[in-house]
Amino acid sequence: MTFVERTIGSLSKGLNFATLADDSARSQTGVLQRADPRIKVVGMLAMIVSVAVSHNLLTIACVFLVAVLLAIASRVSLVDLARWVWMPVLLFTGCIALPAVFITPGATLYGPATTQGVRTAGFLLLRAETCVSLSTLLVLTTRWAHILKALRVLRMPVVFVVILGMTYRYLFVMLETALDMFESRKSRTVGTLDAPDKRRLATATVGVLLSKSYQLSSDVHLAMQSRGFRGEVYLLDDFQMHRADWGWMLLFFAVAAMVVWVGR
Amino acid sequence: MHIPDGYLSPSTCATLYAGSTPFWYMSLQKMKRRLNTQAVPLLSVFAAFSFVIMMFNLPLPGGTTGHAVGVGIAAIVLGPWGSILAISVALVIQAIFFGDGGITAIGANCFNMAIAGSLVAYAVYRLIAGTAAIESPRRVVAAAIAGYSAINVSAFFAAIEFGLQPMLFHDASGTPLYAPYPLRIAVPAMMIGHLTVAGLAEMVVSAGVVAYLQRAEPALLKATAPGASIAGEAIGWRSTRPLWIALALLLVLTPLGILAAGAAWGEWAPEDFSTPAARQQIAASSANQAPPAHAPAGLQKLATVWTAPMPRYAPPILKSAQFGYILSAMAGTGLIVLAFLGGAWIFSKGRA
Repeated sequence: MTFVERTIGSLSKGLNFATLADDSARSQTGVLQRADPRIKVVGMLAMIVSVAVSHNLLTIACVFLVAVLLAIASRVSLVDLARWVWMPVLLFTGCIALPAVFITPGATLYGPATTQGVRTAGFLLLRAETCVSLSTLLVLTTRWAHILKALRVLRMPVVFVVILGMTYRYLFVMLETALDMFESRKSRTVGTLDAPDKRRLATATVGVLLSKSYQLSSDVHLAMQSRGFRGEVYLLDDFQMHRADWGWMLLFFAVAAMVVWVGR
Repeated sequence: MHIPDGYLSPSTCATLYAGSTPFWYMSLQKMKRRLNTQAVPLLSVFAAFSFVIMMFNLPLPGGTTGHAVGVGIAAIVLGPWGSILAISVALVIQAIFFGDGGITAIGANCFNMAIAGSLVAYAVYRLIAGTAAIESPRRVVAAAIAGYSAINVSAFFAAIEFGLQPMLFHDASGTPLYAPYPLRIAVPAMMIGHLTVAGLAEMVVSAGVVAYLQRAEPALLKATAPGASIAGEAIGWRSTRPLWIALALLLVLTPLGILAAGAAWGEWAPEDFSTPAARQQIAASSANQAPPAHAPAGLQKLATVWTAPMPRYAPPILKSAQFGYILSAMAGTGLIVLAFLGGAWIFSKGRA
């Protein structure tokens, strides 16, 4: 039954992260939590793009440092960041980048490792870590509904914003449903299942989830219609810029501009 | 397969965002037109479903487990346009909220998995399933192959994107600035994992879910099965009219073949080896390598086994080469169409 346990593990991991993110975003003790979501979305995006554009390892490392400092100032636990972000990325991208150290042609650095190899692996790892730290920082300091509303600044069509918001909401319903199905199945199963039975169980669960989705979507549709939904969607835009937000904007864009300039 | 930030250059990312945008726009228009007010809740719930499917650990033959993307089953239940949107939304949430896949690479990930994956899965499923009945085992096989090919096509696109990076983006010292492996490493490295584990996971989920739905909820399979159970009804004059027009145009244009300079490489007759003009043409199309002095013995022997009724697309009764070409094309096409009609007639009689 290991696959049932593993699936339960990954489903509850998803739920745990979402709860952690929501708690962290609602806490008003950190500095980034108080900043305007539009500035955070645009600012983080600018920094992520600058990291992608930069050709200088040191400047990318500086942005990583900025992300760490922002996390500390926003009371985001560095242990949580390491557990959710830094370690998984290190393992995944580290494994991918490692052979490049030895097989990239160039000047020998030490043994079979080449200078070019070490630099290219550094680029890959540092960029991946920095970008994912920035995007996680955004999620840990901003409520999802606010991030979505802020995406309108980037001219994202309103219907996509609504779909993203509703998806996020039903994601939890689906995660809970799937988790319940696997847990109830686990509690009813004695002994071990053979491989074809395991596959049948997994695919039947997906099938049930699929028909539940269909049912749910038509229920939601009826509920929306009964509340007056006629196909047009409107968002309440209630963000207000404060003096500190202009400061954040200046900081984010100054960092991004410097990274692009120095790393060109 | 979720490409993280830093693996692709900003210009590659921008190109793939630009490439994906028309598909997103078109899919949304089509879904809105088809479903009206139902599009928003349906897409939202299905995106959530796709997201959860990506978290499932699937037991695979051979004792390993793998993750599926769910693109096969989404394309089969929702059709290609709905699937493009649902998988894209799931990928966007994964990237922004869970850091799985990069923000800058959202365009690339959506292009590979949601767009290419959905279109391939749908095309393969429709092609293999044909007009088979909803409960037919043929639909399960079609779903399996559709899921497997969709994931592998997506992986192949990702591998090409990775492999192009070191070629196009490196600094003065030769250090690759993004994904470091060239095509000859990136393609096999990506494909081995996907042809085995990931492809198998998608295959198991697509086939298994279609088999389950056939028993439990066949109505969900009807959206992408027009003409199921009613064999042959889906294909009529209206739906194939553009193809017939294109065929007629091609027939008229066949004399263009005369304009081609030189002889087609390898399509030589024994007498070509003895005429100086033909010998020159053979040499010109063979990197200036002189042909042997005499026609090869094997060619001489086999050339007389079959004599075509219209040698060299020029029926002996006609003087004009153009007319000869068109007549040959008409005769050839007519024979192929007749062969297919005959085959379809025999097949339909066998089934009835």
